[in-house]
Amino acid sequence: MSDNSDKSFPTDLKYTKDHEWAKVTGSEMTVGITSFAVEQLGDVTLVSFDVKVGDTITAGKGFGTIESVKTLSDLYAPVSGKVAALNGELDAKPELVNEDCFGKAWMIKITLDDGKAGDALLDAAAYAAHVKAAG
Amino acid sequence: MSESTPEAKLARTSLYEDHVRLGGRMVPFAGYEMPVQYTGIVDEHNAVRKAAGLFDVSHMGEIEMTGEWAESVVDYLVTGNVKTLQDGQALYTCTCNKEGTILDDLIVYKIAKDRILIVCNAGNRDKITKVFKSAAENHCEYKDRSDETALIALQGPKAFDVLARAGKDAAELVNLASFHFRDVVIANVKCTAARTGYTAEDGMEIFCAWKDAPALWNQLLELGKDLGVKPCGLGARDTLRLEGRLSLYGNDIDETTNPLEAGLGWIVKLDKPDFVGREALVAIKAKGLTRKLVGFEVTGKGIARHGYKLRDLTGNEVGLCTSGSPGPTVGKNIGLGYLPTAMCEVGTKFFCDCRGKNIEAVVVKTPFYKRAKAS
Repeated sequence: MSDNSDKSFPTDLKYTKDHEWAKVTGSEMTVGITSFAVEQLGDVTLVSFDVKVGDTITAGKGFGTIESVKTLSDLYAPVSGKVAALNGELDAKPELVNEDCFGKAWMIKITLDDGKAGDALLDAAAYAAHVKAAG
Repeated sequence: MSESTPEAKLARTSLYEDHVRLGGRMVPFAGYEMPVQYTGIVDEHNAVRKAAGLFDVSHMGEIEMTGEWAESVVDYLVTGNVKTLQDGQALYTCTCNKEGTILDDLIVYKIAKDRILIVCNAGNRDKITKVFKSAAENHCEYKDRSDETALIALQGPKAFDVLARAGKDAAELVNLASFHFRDVVIANVKCTAARTGYTAEDGMEIFCAWKDAPALWNQLLELGKDLGVKPCGLGARDTLRLEGRLSLYGNDIDETTNPLEAGLGWIVKLDKPDFVGREALVAIKAKGLTRKLVGFEVTGKGIARHGYKLRDLTGNEVGLCTSGSPGPTVGKNIGLGYLPTAMCEVGTKFFCDCRGKNIEAVVVKTPFYKRAKAS
């Protein structure tokens, strides 16, 4: 396996064990996948959402899939809430996920049911430790 | 791909250290730890289409049959005609069971009438060595040479430019005809090289001693560096072969499929006096095929994958996708799958069930990719 011992991740974000990142701004959470997830997937070729704006989503449930040449991976809602926005740009440009996973390639924005829901997620150090254990 | 359980003790080829050094991501495959990719599947795929790629396929099985009756024994075990091969000629063929379904697809190399080399898939090595060993009994000598034989594939339009730099003898390989092989010294390493491959590009598959593989591998990479030659993993190997519609055992063909429905009728010589499975295949042909392996393009938003169900436009399950992925060169999401004979015509629309979503697909002509003939 590749060496993940020296991986570091942006400290202003929260993380899930499913290798997603989350950024809370007020009552809204923006979610994407981490650089570690991107590295595991390889060349991303398709991002598809199973939800639409306004839908209710539940923490831990899938909201879409991301596919690379080799494999398919589910996208999970880190928290419960309402879908506020989906990144439509990924439809035509799935390669953005490889280019800028922490920025332009955000996946979903969720209006939080519980404003503090993000607190339960991992911080950068805890996520780095999780990645190290996975590697 | 059939991946073994992580707990199983995995074997390594003699290039293991080199794969790790080159950044290869190692995964379990057919009992070996093999690189699935180095820089990325698409990058490696493109390198093979535009320059050349180097693949370690040392995990494949090599069986040697020797003696006066070697040719006859091998000929009886495969669907192709070994007896009409010239010395130094190779043959893509398969070995079937009595029911006419496929035990493995193989390349048979006729060194001489009394010396035949058979290369089988790594995942089928135990099964195939048993078949050949038992057939050899009292007729010819059998030897499993897999653990002493390394195999490196150099594939792509620049393959022969690399070999031109690997010594006078190697430079002459460009004159070797397709599906022919010979002994050759490449970069001071004693090899046997065959003009064969699994990428739909021109190139060579090169056998050498297990211990010599690192020297050969590293020199070929170094010689080809400025030409854009890259080490390539199993991931690119899979997308390259799929674009060329080359069957993958365990996906497109297996013990539940016969070569006629798999589109491999051209390697089945029913006019041969006898071979294992002949009687069954004659009957299957007489009865007519109920299904066929076809190539398709996913026209809706989705990627077909091995194991996905295929449905007719009213939603009835009618077939199975056996291979599928984005095709980096063709720029489309492509696949292979079995469909009822009536639905196999080019242009026929159907659905691929991508995890519960019916995504539109259409039968297309294969191969998906064909290289331009050398001028």
